[in-house]
Amino acid sequence: MANTTQNNIIKTSGKLMVLVVAMFAFAMWVMPPLYDALCEVLGINGKTGGRYEVVESNIDTERTVKVQFVAQNNEQMPWEFGPNISQVVVHPGEATTVTFHAKNTQDKFMVSQSIPSIVPSRAAEYFHKTECFCFNQQPLEAGEKADMPLRFIVDRDLPKDVHVITLSYTIFDVTEMAAEQNSVAASQ
Amino acid sequence: MGAHGPAKGFTRWLTTTNHKDIGSMYLWFSFAMFLLGGSFAMVIRAELFQPGLQIVEPEFFNQMTTMHGLVMVFGAIMPAFVGLANWMIPMMIGAPDMALPRMNNWSFWILPPTFLMLASTLFMEGGGPNFGWTFYAPLSTTYAPPSVTFFIFAVHAMGISSIMGSINIIATVVNMRAPGMTYMKMPMFVWTWLITAFLLVAVMPVLAGAVTMMLMDIHFGTSFFNAAGGGDPVLFQHVFWFFGHPEVYIIILPAFGVVSEIIPTFSRKPLFGYASMVYATASIAFLSFIVWVHHMYTVGLPIAGELFFMYATMLIAVPTAAKVFNWITTMFKGSITLETPMLFAIAKVFLFTIGGFSGLMLAMAPADFQYHDSYFVVAHFHYTMVAGAIFALSAAVYYWLPKWTGRMYNETMGKTHFWISFIGFNLTFFPQHFVGLAGMPRRIPDYNLMFADFNMISSIGAFIYGSSQLLFLFNVVRTITHGKPVSDAKVWDGATTLEWTVPSPAPYHTFSTPPEVK
Repeated sequence: MANTTQNNIIKTSGKLMVLVVAMFAFAMWVMPPLYDALCEVLGINGKTGGRYEVVESNIDTERTVKVQFVAQNNEQMPWEFGPNISQVVVHPGEATTVTFHAKNTQDKFMVSQSIPSIVPSRAAEYFHKTECFCFNQQPLEAGEKADMPLRFIVDRDLPKDVHVITLSYTIFDVTEMAAEQNSVAASQ
Repeated sequence: MGAHGPAKGFTRWLTTTNHKDIGSMYLWFSFAMFLLGGSFAMVIRAELFQPGLQIVEPEFFNQMTTMHGLVMVFGAIMPAFVGLANWMIPMMIGAPDMALPRMNNWSFWILPPTFLMLASTLFMEGGGPNFGWTFYAPLSTTYAPPSVTFFIFAVHAMGISSIMGSINIIATVVNMRAPGMTYMKMPMFVWTWLITAFLLVAVMPVLAGAVTMMLMDIHFGTSFFNAAGGGDPVLFQHVFWFFGHPEVYIIILPAFGVVSEIIPTFSRKPLFGYASMVYATASIAFLSFIVWVHHMYTVGLPIAGELFFMYATMLIAVPTAAKVFNWITTMFKGSITLETPMLFAIAKVFLFTIGGFSGLMLAMAPADFQYHDSYFVVAHFHYTMVAGAIFALSAAVYYWLPKWTGRMYNETMGKTHFWISFIGFNLTFFPQHFVGLAGMPRRIPDYNLMFADFNMISSIGAFIYGSSQLLFLFNVVRTITHGKPVSDAKVWDGATTLEWTVPSPAPYHTFSTPPEVK
């Protein structure tokens, strides 16, 4: 009698331990990718997708959409950074190229990473980038300047009531992070 | 087996596997943490006594709000309920001890070094945690003081302790009930703890995951929460509140269990709607998993998300109201006497309901944009945590103290403690509703002159409430040393559960032979 109780206790505890491990794994390895996937599928984080493969499409000359560009520096990022043109009016389906300028104002080598965000967020999935400086880190020597290109197409399926899309870039200082990654890559 | 008593000397406490010893240690430890967290609160209220900076630096003020929250949630309330569970669950279900007694010892002894480590961060370079008890990234990663690593390990350790405690409770309740005690005959306190333990097992690992990701971001170059590396700080809030919302029910459900024992005893009527109480508790637990985003209405959610989480949150009011109505109906036409435990229990129901109403206000997404991060939120969660959980804990201690010690506490002193607590608590937190609605933000060391009077009232109330706890401590110690011995097994004439069938004080070993439950 006492032995069966003991066995049952061990069985119950074993099952609960499985639940503990499963929930930890869920938090560490399921929630982050699931969050990114949901944001992308539902287009809810203002996050834009990766590089867009151009599909042949007609230009909708009947309709115009205003695309505005905003740039900001993350807290202590000292670079000069901004769009060369603050807004463009485009037709859906039409490929457009604009540039952003950046200047490393410091007297040391630095690496930056720009992170995009779109308002309204439901327009994010209709804003395609075929080329963007945000796909890669941007290194600049001390005092160096660069014009960084962005080539985009607004999808013809963009909801009819969206007339203005605001694209915001935040530039981050990732010099240390890039150095760490390089040293990890070098040691492998 | 029932013959030998406790071992002698101090090592008894280090090596004990007895559920009553461990329960007592949990209760004393949590009371010590309650005083520590309370002293942090006194620093906060002293600084806020007048506008302007008087006593502490803003950096230290932030550490005080953070440590107050962490110590009260993880050091005071949770271990106190685990202590009650250890003491009462085996006696309420007719079991000789907890199912896993050695693990029980370990899960307690993890806690004192953990909280010593957490408290020691206050003396480290850069100070202790200063990012709020919710430790949102990047405040807790990119901008955290170096001591954050100790904080992370402390959270891991207290999580392990909670998980072990919960597994123990579930294993005990599932496997060691006396013959004849079916699930639907279990006392309500046992039911609420069983459900709480499942919540703990499910969400403490998620908290461990959140701090592990922080650790990786800080020391190993990952970017879970770092936007520059492709991560997202909002993800942190989702992971945290996926743990954090069930956590608030982990704190309140055992308190519901306590008042569900005390109100029938002092109304001399069985609990009204026992089955509906069980189902309501289970529904609250289930709903707690699908409402976490109501803590994040202002991060920029799609309208469908705001609506879903708003309706789901409001749905929780239904089972909770069922419980409140059941307690009231239990008292209806009962032969009520108002001893100290009953006073605390009635006050808990009344004040928790106020906290529930302000919770409903906060649940409304469009209204929340005004209330968010204001003192209204502070008032809301102190009505649920202090009046909801701490009042229930005070009630529980007065209720079971005669059974634990075999001595009666001083009723006059108990009632004095109650009335001072009740007045002090309301004086502290009721005005905070109004300063919050008028726009005073939480977690600030200085404020606009227009909030000065109400903040002074709040601070005076806090000093009153804080000092009333010393009277509580004195009453408990005095009971142990000088209390009038009680002779009856059944100290309260209206009590019906199994712990009132064993002698007072409860012998070191009880129910070595299981009782028969009809």
